Amino acid sequence: MKEIELQYRHPPDLLHDGEIPSDIRTEELVLNMGPQHPSTHGVLRVILQTDGELVLKATPYLGYLHRCAEKIAEKVTYRQFTPYTDRLDYLAAMNNNLGFALAVEKLGGIETPPRADYLRVIFAELNRIASHLMATGSYGLDMGAFTPLIYCFREREWVMDLFEAASGARLTYSYITIGGVREDLPEGWVGRCREFLDYFEPKITEYNNLLSFNHIFINRTGNVGICPPELAVAYGLTGPCVRGSGLPWDLRKATPYCRYNEFDFDIPVGRGENGAVGDCWDRYFVRVQEMVQSVRIIRQALDKLADGPVQVKVPRMVKLPAGEVYCEVENPRGQLGFHLVSDGGTSPYRLKIRGPSFCNLSVLPVLAPNCLLADIAALLGSIDIVMGEVDR
Amino acid sequence: MTPSDIIELLKQNHASSVVSAAAEGPYPHAVIKAEELKTIAAFLKTQPRLRFDLLRCISAIDWPAKNNIELAYDLISTSLGHAFAVKVVLDRADPQVESLSAVWPAAEWHEREAFDLMGVVFLHHPDLRRILMPEDWPGHPLRKDYQDIVEYRGLKFNP
Repeated sequence: MKEIELQYRHPPDLLHDGEIPSDIRTEELVLNMGPQHPSTHGVLRVILQTDGELVLKATPYLGYLHRCAEKIAEKVTYRQFTPYTDRLDYLAAMNNNLGFALAVEKLGGIETPPRADYLRVIFAELNRIASHLMATGSYGLDMGAFTPLIYCFREREWVMDLFEAASGARLTYSYITIGGVREDLPEGWVGRCREFLDYFEPKITEYNNLLSFNHIFINRTGNVGICPPELAVAYGLTGPCVRGSGLPWDLRKATPYCRYNEFDFDIPVGRGENGAVGDCWDRYFVRVQEMVQSVRIIRQALDKLADGPVQVKVPRMVKLPAGEVYCEVENPRGQLGFHLVSDGGTSPYRLKIRGPSFCNLSVLPVLAPNCLLADIAALLGSIDIVMGEVDR
Repeated sequence: MTPSDIIELLKQNHASSVVSAAAEGPYPHAVIKAEELKTIAAFLKTQPRLRFDLLRCISAIDWPAKNNIELAYDLISTSLGHAFAVKVVLDRADPQVESLSAVWPAAEWHEREAFDLMGVVFLHHPDLRRILMPEDWPGHPLRKDYQDIVEYRGLKFNP
C-alpha cells in the first residue's frame, strides 16, 4: 500500500526512469521553518511535514508581528493613524497612505485637486517600482543569485532619494494625507524624476538578461507552484499573484481611482512561457513587466502635472459623518482594503484592514503539497509576502 | 450591474431572506438573515448575472450599544467588475454563523481572524483556530469591552 502511495506522490520525472528504486521506504519528518529564516521574508513560521525531499503538508503560523493596528485605529484620530498605515506593508508605504486617505475621503465626501491626484499617482507608481525591485531582487537571492539584489538596490536607492526629497523620509513617508499630499514638490524634482525614468528603463533589460532568462533561475522557478486562475480567485489572491495565473485583473483598470482612467497602460499577465501558466516564474515576471508599465504611467502623469493646490482644506481634527465605507487600492502586492466605520466621532469606530499578503499567503497550504522542500523558498518568494501586513 | 439592480435581483429570488438593503450612499449593501447566509452566498457566486467570485474581506463590527455583532462580506466580480456587500447581524452574547469556506475558500482565514479577534464562531469551519493571537490568550481584543491583561505567562505589562 505504502509503495503505491509513494509512486503516486512522486512526479514521474523525479524518478529518473528507475534510477531511484520505487520501493524505497522513507520516514515522514516534521520540519520547522522560521520564524527566523532568511527565505520566509520576515517572521513567518511554517510547519512542514515532509517525506524525504517532498513536502506533504505545510501549515503557516502567523502573528509574530501582530500589533493589532485595527485596535490602535480606534484610539487615535484619523490623521494620527496615517503613520500607522506606513508600517503595514513597509515596502509600499505610499500606497498604504493612499488607500487610507481614499477611504476617509470617500466617507467624508472630500474632493482632492487634480495636482494632488497626479502627485499621488506618481508616488504610488514610484513606490510600486521600489517594491517590485525589492521583490525581484530578493527573489534572486532566495534562488541563490546574489548579484541581482545589489543591482536592484542600486536603482531602488534612487527612488528612495526622490522620496526623501519630497517627503523627508526614506521608508515611512506619511506623505499622502487626507485631502491631498502633505506638501508640494521641491524645486527640480520633476527633472530628477524624469532623469531617473530614462536611466531606469534600460536597466530592466539588464535584470532580464541577468536573472529572468537565466537558465538556472528558470529551472528553479518554472513549473513550480502552479496556481490555476480559478484557484487564485477562490483563495482571494490579488495583484501579481492572480495576474501571474493569467487573469488580467487590476483595480486600476476595473474600478479606477485617483484618475487612473486617464492613463494608458497594459496589464501584464502570466503566459506560461517557461512552464505552465501560474507558476513561480510567471508571478515573478509579471512584477518585472509591471515596472515597465509603472514607468509609462509616471511619464504620462508628469506630463499632465499642472500648477495648482496640492491639498484641499481639511480641518486638523477630521470628523466624519456616521456611516461606513469599503475602499480598496491596487498595492504592489495586491488589493489593500480599508473597511471604515464611523460613528460621527473624531476617530474610527472600527477599521478593518484587508492586507493583500494575508490573503495571498492563504493559498500556501494548497500549493505546497507535492513540492520539493527546496521549492518552498521559491513558492514563498514568488507570493512575495510582507509580514507587517500579514500580521498587521 | 448597479447596486439597486443587484438588490432587486436578490429580492426577486430570495425575498424572505433580505432584512433591509441600502442601494445609495458610500456603502451599498444588503442585510440578510444569518441562517440564510450560505444560501445567499452560493446564489451570489453562481448567479450568471452576478458572479461574485472574489471575496475581498470579512469585517466584524462590535456594537455593544445595540447588543450585536455585524459581519460584513465585501465582494467583487472579476468577470463583470461590479462590487457589493452583504451583512449579517449576530447576537453579541453568542455570535454564531455558518462558515462560507465551502463557497469561497478565501473565507477560511478571514473567519479565523474574526474568531480570533472578535469571538465569532463559524459553524462547520474546517480549521477554526486562533490565527494572530497565541492559542491561550484570554479574550478577544477587538471587542469594545476588552480589558487589557496585566500578565501573560509570567510577563508583566505596564499600562
